Amino acid sequence: MTEEIIIAGFGGQGVLSMGKILAYSGLMQGKEVSWMPAYGPEQRGGTANVTVILSDEKISSPILNQYDTAIILNQQSLDKFEKAVKPGGTLIYDPYGITSEPTRTDINIYKINAMDTSIEMNAPKSFNMIILGGLLKIRPIVELENVLKGLKKTLPERHHHLIPMNEEALKKGMEIIRGK
Amino acid sequence: MSEEVKLMKGNEAIAHAAIRCGCDGYFGYPITPQSEVLETLMEVEPWKTTGMVVLQAESEVSAINMVYGGAGSGKKVMTSSSSPGVSLKQEGVSYLAGAELPALIVNVMRGGPGLGTIQPSQADYFQTVKGGGHGDYRLIALAPASVQEMADFVGLAFDLAFKYRNPAIILADGVIGQMMEKVVLPDFKPRRTDEEIEKECPWAAVGKPKNRKPNIITSLELQPDAMEQNNLRFQAKYKAIEENEVRYEEIMCEDAEYLLVAFGSSARICQKACQIAREKGIKLGLLRPITLWPFPTKAIAEYANKVKAMLTVELNAGQMVEDVRLAVNGKVPVEHYGRLGGIVYTPDEIVEAVKNKLM
Repeated sequence: MTEEIIIAGFGGQGVLSMGKILAYSGLMQGKEVSWMPAYGPEQRGGTANVTVILSDEKISSPILNQYDTAIILNQQSLDKFEKAVKPGGTLIYDPYGITSEPTRTDINIYKINAMDTSIEMNAPKSFNMIILGGLLKIRPIVELENVLKGLKKTLPERHHHLIPMNEEALKKGMEIIRGK
Repeated sequence: MSEEVKLMKGNEAIAHAAIRCGCDGYFGYPITPQSEVLETLMEVEPWKTTGMVVLQAESEVSAINMVYGGAGSGKKVMTSSSSPGVSLKQEGVSYLAGAELPALIVNVMRGGPGLGTIQPSQADYFQTVKGGGHGDYRLIALAPASVQEMADFVGLAFDLAFKYRNPAIILADGVIGQMMEKVVLPDFKPRRTDEEIEKECPWAAVGKPKNRKPNIITSLELQPDAMEQNNLRFQAKYKAIEENEVRYEEIMCEDAEYLLVAFGSSARICQKACQIAREKGIKLGLLRPITLWPFPTKAIAEYANKVKAMLTVELNAGQMVEDVRLAVNGKVPVEHYGRLGGIVYTPDEIVEAVKNKLM
């Protein structure tokens, strides 16, 4: 099994850290992983994206032009990456700030109101964990238990008290994701 | 081997590997995309554990000259930077080679020329293997293609540098520096004691005992006769390195009709391109030079008898292609495909280039 994922949105949305947690979760599950960010000026307010690959085999290219799954968190990223999803692949997006919806019919499209939900939960910082929960509902590539282990590895110890809140956000994401 | 698998960036792996291989000193200056080397060292604070010195110098020029000083006293010392910073170091690199000092330089390349971009590039190939600084000198140049190799090549580069009393360089790029992968770090090796250094480096300036003449560390020799002799000695050493230290990897080459030649991150992307090409019935293989100098000239020359054509895939306008053409010597067509200034190709793009340029 190989899952090639792109996560794309604004800098500051937690795109890179979501990818990092996913990569660590893959590591905990004993998979081969790669995490390749678009680094530099793109992190500072512009669009940010990260390619995460989880595989049972050794990973060749960390850079791809087609993905099994795209997680899209703003319009610019939708414009850029909707066409890069492999036929039969998965596109997950947050409709917040999206002005023209995805239109492809040969891929599976899912909607997740993570931005609104994170504000309702009074936990805007767990936005990316809601998204990750949604992903894992649709593509159960890593077990929740390993995601929590991954979180523990990524978060500095002083933030470990936030893990239950993140777990709640992951579960919320699993609940609220819907087919388009 | 401490078998714990970790997930980290290539730059972080360099820093951890330096501490673990008994490095005595790191001297650097921050620049994207390699800043995590210095940042990681500052975070880990090895001066509290192994006694390794970590110093942010006031400039790259200063850092390379601190390396010269450390190396002159037989210490295991290194610096790292990215392309514009490595250009600044070139005078010092030439002096290191001229004084026959072992040292490690790491270049995590970005797009140039000039200040350029901060995105990945491989446009410093010429600088690395053809000179960079002045004079007839060579650097032992290792090109890692994974985070694991970033970790492994630190110790290897130091071993080779000390074996031949010659500076070594790890030539990486923004992809390998910034990406995270699984890595098993090398075991801890203690820093050498002063006695060990005196024994292993009898040339080093460590304080003169009464029973020997002073060791002088210099690249200056005003007598041309003597300077020619120095140069001949360097050349003999370079010949030995060319005979003994060539490293490369062959991937899907056994039945290949077409051959890609690529190093570093490009080799990773080419590997995927080979898989895609083979699904389409094109027998594509990949030869990955691990040492860029000494270059795998003989291995490439042998493939010129087996394949129909070769394509070098480099993040530059065509640099390594010259060395491949020298190796092939006209036997088969050798073409180049590249992207410039910080743009990275995709695997599909490379398959298209094979079709357009070779078939």
